Amino acid sequence: MSPHLISLMAATPPEASHYATDDFVTLLFVFMLATFIGLEVIRNVSRLLHTPLMSLTNAISAIAVVGSILLAGKAAGGVDQPLLVTILGTVALAASMINIVSGFLITDRMLKMFKKREPGKS
Amino acid sequence: MNLDTGTQLIYLLSTALFILSLKWMNHPTTARRGVFSGVVAMVAAIGGTLIDPGILTYNWIAAAVVIGFLIGVPLSWVPLTAVPQRTALSHAFGGLAAGLVGAAEYYLWMTQHPERISRFGTGALVAEVILGFLTFTGSLMAAGKLMEIIPTRPIIYRGQNATNLSLLAIAILAGVWLVIHPGHWLLFPLIIVLALAFGVLLIIPIGGADMPTVIALLNSYAGLAAVAMGFVLDNKLLIAAGALDGSSGLILSIIMCRAMNRSFANVLFGGFGQVKAAATTGEQKTVKSASAEDAAQIMTAARSVVIVPGYGMAVAQAQHRVRELYDALTKEGVDVKFAVHPVAGRMPGHMNVLLAEAEIPYDKLIEMDEINPEMPEVDVAMVLGANDVVNPAARHDKTSPIFGMPIIDADKAKTVFVIKRSMNPGFAGIENELFHADNTLMLFGDAKAMLTSIVQAMKE
Repeated sequence: MSPHLISLMAATPPEASHYATDDFVTLLFVFMLATFIGLEVIRNVSRLLHTPLMSLTNAISAIAVVGSILLAGKAAGGVDQPLLVTILGTVALAASMINIVSGFLITDRMLKMFKKREPGKS
Repeated sequence: MNLDTGTQLIYLLSTALFILSLKWMNHPTTARRGVFSGVVAMVAAIGGTLIDPGILTYNWIAAAVVIGFLIGVPLSWVPLTAVPQRTALSHAFGGLAAGLVGAAEYYLWMTQHPERISRFGTGALVAEVILGFLTFTGSLMAAGKLMEIIPTRPIIYRGQNATNLSLLAIAILAGVWLVIHPGHWLLFPLIIVLALAFGVLLIIPIGGADMPTVIALLNSYAGLAAVAMGFVLDNKLLIAAGALDGSSGLILSIIMCRAMNRSFANVLFGGFGQVKAAATTGEQKTVKSASAEDAAQIMTAARSVVIVPGYGMAVAQAQHRVRELYDALTKEGVDVKFAVHPVAGRMPGHMNVLLAEAEIPYDKLIEMDEINPEMPEVDVAMVLGANDVVNPAARHDKTSPIFGMPIIDADKAKTVFVIKRSMNPGFAGIENELFHADNTLMLFGDAKAMLTSIVQAMKE
């Protein structure tokens, strides 16, 4: 993509916004690169492990927890943050924690079962 | 959200560890290292966030973490036959989290920080909320169907696709309008309601046999919702991890669709499993049946046996009996393998996990493409709770609804055993000509009981 094109794309939101257009383009770059890495890495995942893969990516995408931590951690009911926001953040945090805890635990539980040979037999 | 450099560097490390975590999933020998690396990445990211000076109280956070453990730990103990519904439920939680954070952020912007409202920010927020809430209700519906709380057959009515698509279109238009006119905040709750409704309606017409694709697709949506949240919060870790999840779901759904020779559109809007009632009106054909003793005798005399498991094996909880059969045959010097179709079961890789639980060595679990060239040499194929994935009509009958779907060539084996309760057509309601083939012997009965009698007969 030429620098000219990027500046053109970034310029599409017409009025001034708090978002520096650089930030927005950087984020798009991260998204694009991570998607390509993801596609390549996942393509090589063993088909045997597609069920554990799904529970693992489930736990990983619960990284959304960092967003809810910041919402739940601001003092509730204060001038700065209404109680409603804290409650929404806390519920979201609990939902993400459920995914993290159960996702990693069940993935490991399933992976432990994949053995090439049973012990004691050839 | 302005995070300090220390936190950002921790996020960078976490991103690298998440990528490694998925990379190590490429083989069963390294896979557990992948989980470990994922846990380290997650703990680091959470720790790095907790030290953020913006956090004033830890009470709410602690409460949520306790709830997370109280529900999460028991949720990881479910029997492996219930893993598809657990997965669907966790997609629902992921979608809910994204949707709620989006709603909370919007409320904050409107009431406290109107200066933070930008077109790009609002656009990302709308995407987050739509994806999050539609994943939430859609996954709950999928989980309900998998738990059979909701009827698993597709529910179809006239104008269904038009209704669904216009709901989504209205939600998106409302979102666009909100981006252009930020003052019309009432549109925001409307978008939430539309997304919730769309999630429900999207899953209603989808049948149980299409669940592997749907779960993979919802997985992808949950990832994309996290990506959108990353754009809203200006957080690169969220974008990277969400993109990894999104691409994983995408690849799995593509694999599932290919394995059924269908397109995304067909899975989502095709209402599969409903049209077929007419296809079963053919003349009554004969079938040959055999007893457990016959089966025991033929299999013991065979050199190679290939077992084709399907969802029926999971329903009958027969995987441990399969293991006994495997042991008995292996002791007789018979080469036993398992042929696993990509869409067998209710989620990608479902059969592999069940057989691994029954301690079948994983090098005996063979993919469809690898086993098919060997099938003409195989003495006995045993079809266990599978149906459409072994129907030869998929190869040649252009009128069959599953025509073109890649199948496991069980019919090419010298002898085929099919364990089945009765001659009722399977889930999709399609007549299976394998059951009428000359080399097929039907073993009528419950899978678990039948396997027990076969093993018994072998011992005598």
